[in-house]
Amino acid sequence: MASQVVNLRVNERSREFLAAPGTSLLSSLRDALGLMAAKRGCAQGSCGTCTVLLDGRPVMSCLVAVETVDGASVRTLEGVARDGELDEVQAAFLEGFATQCGFCTAGMIMSAEALLDRNPDPTREDVVEAISGNVCRCTGYGPIVDAILDAAARRRP
Amino acid sequence: MAKLRGRGYASVNYPTGMNLGGDPSQALIHATTTGTFVVSLSSVDLGQGLKTVVAQCAAETLGLPMENILVDTADTDTGPHCMGTFASRGTHRVGNAVIMAAAEAREVMLAVAAEELEVDAGDLETDGTGYIQVKGAEEKRVHITDLALAAHFTHGRTISGRGIFLKEKNDPVPETGEMDPDSCQAHACTVAVVEVDDETGVVEVLEMHNAYEIGRALNPAMVAQQVEGGAWMGMSHALFESTEPYYPTRDHGPGDFNEYLMPGPADIPMYHNAILERPAGNGPFGAKGIGEMTANAPIPAIANAIFDACGVRLDTMPFTPERVLRGLDELRGNHH
Ligand code: FES
Ligand code: FES
Repeated sequence: MASQVVNLRVNERSREFLAAPGTSLLSSLRDALGLMAAKRGCAQGSCGTCTVLLDGRPVMSCLVAVETVDGASVRTLEGVARDGELDEVQAAFLEGFATQCGFCTAGMIMSAEALLDRNPDPTREDVVEAISGNVCRCTGYGPIVDAILDAAARRRP
Repeated sequence: MAKLRGRGYASVNYPTGMNLGGDPSQALIHATTTGTFVVSLSSVDLGQGLKTVVAQCAAETLGLPMENILVDTADTDTGPHCMGTFASRGTHRVGNAVIMAAAEAREVMLAVAAEELEVDAGDLETDGTGYIQVKGAEEKRVHITDLALAAHFTHGRTISGRGIFLKEKNDPVPETGEMDPDSCQAHACTVAVVEVDDETGVVEVLEMHNAYEIGRALNPAMVAQQVEGGAWMGMSHALFESTEPYYPTRDHGPGDFNEYLMPGPADIPMYHNAILERPAGNGPFGAKGIGEMTANAPIPAIANAIFDACGVRLDTMPFTPERVLRGLDELRGNHH
């Protein structure tokens, strides 16, 4: 099958590119669009470091064939900061020392954004559930859970 | 059938660095035209925070703000020598080398400032915000940005410094085995509280209390990260991680994160961590190494807590439900 033109709305900008059939959304973001925040940890859906929001829902972008989501809107970590200002989740991660090597961080933050979008007032259990598909090898998870709860508190009016 | 609770502890003395034929690390520092001090190293930061600690050591020694330090871990082919980031040696070895390099660079910086201000270098001090000034006459001062420019374009000086920390080779005494293999020792103790389900064999860690004596904590927030991340890793080794407990053959071992078990965010215990600071004489600002040791004490502490909970003495990691149940069977006299 021939490559086809795919249109995505990525971080509120229309992007158009060519993709061979079966190319993952992750590869398209990294290789075609140069958006390197989402990482390729396992390429089989078990680490979560490639998490992005697809039409507002968190997905493991390594498992999504990009031609199947033509026309969708995608949000990556690059689209989280506003006018150069960190958003509440990013700021809480930074100030709460919720990152060490940083390899999991992009995916953790996108999972957190998705959680806070649908549930602005999560319990600790809600947070744990929301990041249960994201592997972190460094932090022991505690600081990450704390940072997401802190972000929820910062975002509340 | 019951959930049995137990408590165990374990301690560790952990050597900083090692000494197989001498253990050196080097650092080079130079100022750019705009007064950024580049610290060149071959020591790699893979998330343990070496760049941050090294920048702190350089800034403190130079008397300049952290913003003026740029740590370049470049390339082990072309950079100054480093044995590597292992044996919890990074902060101690590299920190010491950076302090030595920064002290030499500071001397040059003050000498050039003395030329620029036409005063004696001995009368100069840094104010920590970027100025070099005359003691007691602070209006006579020059900012490092202007000074670095002047060094390059007026005085023809290179503001730079060289540093090395070498732990010399020490051979064991053949008769006694006595030797001096490390530079200092950090100490820690973990108390673990666990619950053992005597029907399923599942062990849950409820609490971990960790006390660490690590010399000076150069960056307390990063020490806290290391202790908590290490405690998690110790728990992971103790209860989950292995490529082994699958059978009948090696081919059935875990090949990815779906099969290679690790504790997730729902499995973390309540932590209580305490840091004791007793500065080490040969450490950078008194620091010892806190690295690998953070995963050490949790493992025997958990083993001891399992023994306390149910009487099963496990000495093979990980302490899987199967091993716990086999141990319980043996205690009950049920042999298969
Ligand atoms: S790279 Fe997609 S889940 Fe690991
Ligand atoms: S910070 Fe290293 S994997 Fe999470």
